[in-house]
Amino acid sequence: MAVLLVAEHDNKSLKDATGKALSAALALGGPVDVLVAGQGARGVADAAAKLKGVSKVILADDAQYANQLAETMATLIVELAGKYDAVLSPASTSGKNFMPRVAAALDVAQISEIVSVDGPDTFTRPIYAGNALQQVQAPAGAKKVITVRSTAFKAAEATGTASVETVGAAKNPGLSEFVKDELSKSERPELAAARVVVSGGRGMQSGDNFHLLEKVADRLKAAVGASRAAVDAGFVPNDYQVGQTGKVVAPELYIAVGISGAIQHLAGMKDSKVIVAINKDEEAPIFQVADYGLVADLFKAVPELEEELKKQGY
Amino acid sequence: MKVLVPIKRVVDYNVKIRVKADNTGVDLANVKMSMNPFDEIGVEEAIRLKEKGVATEIIAVSVGPKEATETIRTALAMGADRGILVTVPHEVEPLAVAKIIAAIAKAEGPQLIITGKQAIDDDCNQTGQMLAQLLGWAQGTFASKVAIDGGKADVTREVDGGLQTVKLSLPAVVSTDLRLNEPRYASLPNIMKAKKKPIDEKTPADYGVDVTPRLKVLKVSEPPKRKGGVKVKTVQELVEKLKNEAGVI
Repeated sequence: MAVLLVAEHDNKSLKDATGKALSAALALGGPVDVLVAGQGARGVADAAAKLKGVSKVILADDAQYANQLAETMATLIVELAGKYDAVLSPASTSGKNFMPRVAAALDVAQISEIVSVDGPDTFTRPIYAGNALQQVQAPAGAKKVITVRSTAFKAAEATGTASVETVGAAKNPGLSEFVKDELSKSERPELAAARVVVSGGRGMQSGDNFHLLEKVADRLKAAVGASRAAVDAGFVPNDYQVGQTGKVVAPELYIAVGISGAIQHLAGMKDSKVIVAINKDEEAPIFQVADYGLVADLFKAVPELEEELKKQGY
Repeated sequence: MKVLVPIKRVVDYNVKIRVKADNTGVDLANVKMSMNPFDEIGVEEAIRLKEKGVATEIIAVSVGPKEATETIRTALAMGADRGILVTVPHEVEPLAVAKIIAAIAKAEGPQLIITGKQAIDDDCNQTGQMLAQLLGWAQGTFASKVAIDGGKADVTREVDGGLQTVKLSLPAVVSTDLRLNEPRYASLPNIMKAKKKPIDEKTPADYGVDVTPRLKVLKVSEPPKRKGGVKVKTVQELVEKLKNEAGVI
């Protein structure tokens, strides 16, 4: 089964999600080509060529792919899809944006956010905010269009030596144009890829108070996240949101501070290896999923935690 | 301009769902149903465009069971002008929904379609994008801000790294994210008035769409449950356990 995997990148670096989605692509059992569509993205293509298991990298380097708009990306992918039995991409906001267009153009159902490959045509995906798992079978002979929840797969190693082939741009449908990006700048690791995540909820009471979490995060080289309540209240920007409709994370350690634990939030973090909850309300549902719970006033406990970590040399 | 708002009847977001014992699906008997929250945001956005004088007519469309009439009535009570209910005998996949709505769009000629970014039951996040593709239109997904100016729409999108703004040629499809607006509650007089607003009843056959599912659901199961852990008494004990017991720091 020939598979095309669409790489996740920002023209400068290849995102970890690509290597993880590659593991899902390889599980389908055929050769996997990786498409890098961007502008000035040669370095990204070279990085993709090093992922173990990749047969070849296809680089489409053109101004119209600089911001990976859905309309131009879908046109390109559909043009390339003829030779493949399946097209995959990470279920990032970028993949979620263009993949359903690809599926509609190919007249097939998309299989969203798979968490396991159970056979060449059988997949499991979460529904109802992860409160149920649905196993689906794609029809024989039809092309598959799949997005992959990257936290559910291990990253492929970077020991490969695939070649990079370039293709020309597809015709630009000219439906939309890029205006601007307002991206959060941070020296901390990316939320989706961090080994440790420290998240704050409504209990933080203000955006300023997130500095308390940032100090702990810096000791642990962690990313900072938030619940929907904290984002809605304007404490932190939207890209901090962990949950059913925000980012799904599965770090080694997730520290939830002042988060009650609505099912929509749990959907985004319950696959973390170890969960810590700090909350003054001992009835908070977050304690039902936490490995270690501390019932305490966060404004006392969080500075204490930072102090203790510092004392222990973190 | 006309605005089309597709809405879905789903299990209320507050309900803790249960998987059926025979693993064929989720138990929907006697469960509270509501409008998909993202679609509610779509209805609200359309109403605000009408209040600004940008939209002239709002049509709420639902593909679902007969009971989805209630969902359309809710949209009408909020401020939509009329409804179209396309009744289907079973769950319909996003591709078929997109085909039905595309056919309605061709008949009605809206300049804007506002969908929710995903339904909170199947969590697919597909219909809006598929619809845009089928119609050959631009799309602005996961919108937190929409500004219409002449034949263009500036849409600010919530993306993984922050925000992105794109300019779309109209007609276009916009899908809503949480922070686009806060939907209003329908007032009692408006609920009464909504009862008189027209709802057309259609079937997929009226639009020539085959709604047979493409994917076969083999089973629906409960995810592995996380066991609750222990309570620690102090921050020092927490750090000690994370270091020596869990080994994660």
